[in-house]
Amino acid sequence: MTTRNSINRLLTPKKSIPASLEIGAGATVAIGILVVWCALTYGGIIDENFLPAPGAVVEAFFKVVSNGMLFKHAKVSLTEIYVGFFLSSIIAIPVGIFMGSFRIVSAAIEPVVNFMRYLPVTSLIPLLILWIGIGIEEKIAVIFLGTFFQQIVLAADVSSRVPDDILNVSYTLGASKRQVVTRVLIPATLPGVMDTLRVTMGWAWTFLVVAELVASNSGLGYMILQAMRGLHPDRIFVGIFVIGFLGLATDLGFKWFTRALLPWTEVR
Amino acid sequence: MGSLSIDNVSLTFESRKAGKVVALNELSLEIPDKQFAVIVGPSGCGKSSLLDLIAGLRDTSGGYCRIDGDAIDRPGSDRGMVFQTYSLFPWLTVQRNIEFGPSINGVSKSQREERTAHYVHAVGLSGFENAYPSQLSGGMRQRVAIARALANNPEVLLMDEPFGALDSQTRSIMQQLLLEMWEQEHKTVLFVTHDIDEALYLGDVVYVMSARPGRIMDTITVDLDRPRDYEITTSADFIALKRRIMTSLHGEVEKTMTIM
Ligand SMILES: Nc1ncnc2c1ncn2[C@@H]1O[C@H](COP(=O)(O)OP(=O)(O)OP(=O)(O)O)[C@@H](O)[C@H]1O
Ligand SMILES: [Mg+2]
Repeated sequence: MTTRNSINRLLTPKKSIPASLEIGAGATVAIGILVVWCALTYGGIIDENFLPAPGAVVEAFFKVVSNGMLFKHAKVSLTEIYVGFFLSSIIAIPVGIFMGSFRIVSAAIEPVVNFMRYLPVTSLIPLLILWIGIGIEEKIAVIFLGTFFQQIVLAADVSSRVPDDILNVSYTLGASKRQVVTRVLIPATLPGVMDTLRVTMGWAWTFLVVAELVASNSGLGYMILQAMRGLHPDRIFVGIFVIGFLGLATDLGFKWFTRALLPWTEVR
Repeated sequence: MGSLSIDNVSLTFESRKAGKVVALNELSLEIPDKQFAVIVGPSGCGKSSLLDLIAGLRDTSGGYCRIDGDAIDRPGSDRGMVFQTYSLFPWLTVQRNIEFGPSINGVSKSQREERTAHYVHAVGLSGFENAYPSQLSGGMRQRVAIARALANNPEVLLMDEPFGALDSQTRSIMQQLLLEMWEQEHKTVLFVTHDIDEALYLGDVVYVMSARPGRIMDTITVDLDRPRDYEITTSADFIALKRRIMTSLHGEVEKTMTIM
């Protein structure tokens, strides 16, 4: 009876499951992938120059850690992404919130924003290299341009979805227009804004790596490119894993930050 | 004081898609201070629009709304509003939601807290001061919305189908609560509903609105003793009044159906 109940629960959409099962399911898939990887490499099914064994990747990892390469390149990449993302966010989010709630703002900038939004930032990389070079500044510019217009559009959408009723009720409670903006509109957009930041941060990682692969002299993308040129697939894997884990850590940071900043979105 | 005077008010919506929609056509209404007035009318006849005009959230296309003789041209804390969609601030606790109006209007912290405590208690939410709206049931949310409106001490309380989304049991509890609070505070109330029983149970007077364009079609004075309890909904007087409203509404509802 109880097993039948719990199986029933697993097959019901949107039902919660025990935490142990949740962790177990995640671990099973991760370990499964690792097992397949081990089998393919240690079993000699795939050539190690094609797919390096887990052991080789770990070895390569310790090597780039001990000779300081990893730290150096990761630092460059993190600086590029956080500076570019930060500069973009502090301008784009307020502009987006106003664009979603004030007709005059959307009328003024929507055409330009939509044009830029559908222009892949990767197509601007050659121009940016010509203008700014291949240093950190160019990567920051790529990340900025790649996220800026997306953030405006997403934040505008969040802001336009704030229900009229809560703005109207604020007026009837005596709030001025200014107070409605600062004390109601902006707080009401915060959960959506956090989602926007999280999603666009994911895209920013992609733009960063592409920009570094196209032309650079440092950064994790550059490290991967060097590994390819030297025919070191194990180091390529190290680069990929590090980028993945940094992305994951950033995402967890966002989740934690959202929970701390907006406790009311978590309750229930 | 809180008397409302609606003087020949018209409201026309103009949109590119639907063209001109006349929501209200030269509607007049006098609501004396401290009266509990109720409006019933078919869907789409302009009830919410009328409340928006009185709240000052919208401009009339003709005529005037006045409160105590002064023309209404903007929202103000003298006219509190409760919407069907609870419209609480989800990022504020119950306590802070209720305090919102007083804090905007510069009421001192100690006075604010005293007032909030009073209303939290009055609507039966003691112990939930620090809960967020998402943790509350529909009925509890609407209690907060009412407390929030009253804590701001308005002259007039405008209520747009406040109990429309509640189940019938919760709804009658809320009606009882509202009546009790009204007996204590004696504010002017303008209450919009679809529910004829609710209209008669609560109101001193019930206005029946016509299908769009909305006008006042019938005015029914409800001479039932106060304080009222639910027993009266089965009394002969009550049923006679109910029949009268149903008859006048029936034709209007049919008109609405043929429009749709
Ligand atoms: N912003 C708007 N633009 C155009 N027409 C509108 C607008 N708001 C309302 N209307 C129209 O005005 C009429 C009155 O609307 P209103 O919301 O006041 O009706 P109501 O009596 O409150 O209806 P219900 O009982 O369904 O809530 C409706 O026919 C509606 O279609
Ligand atoms: Mg309505």
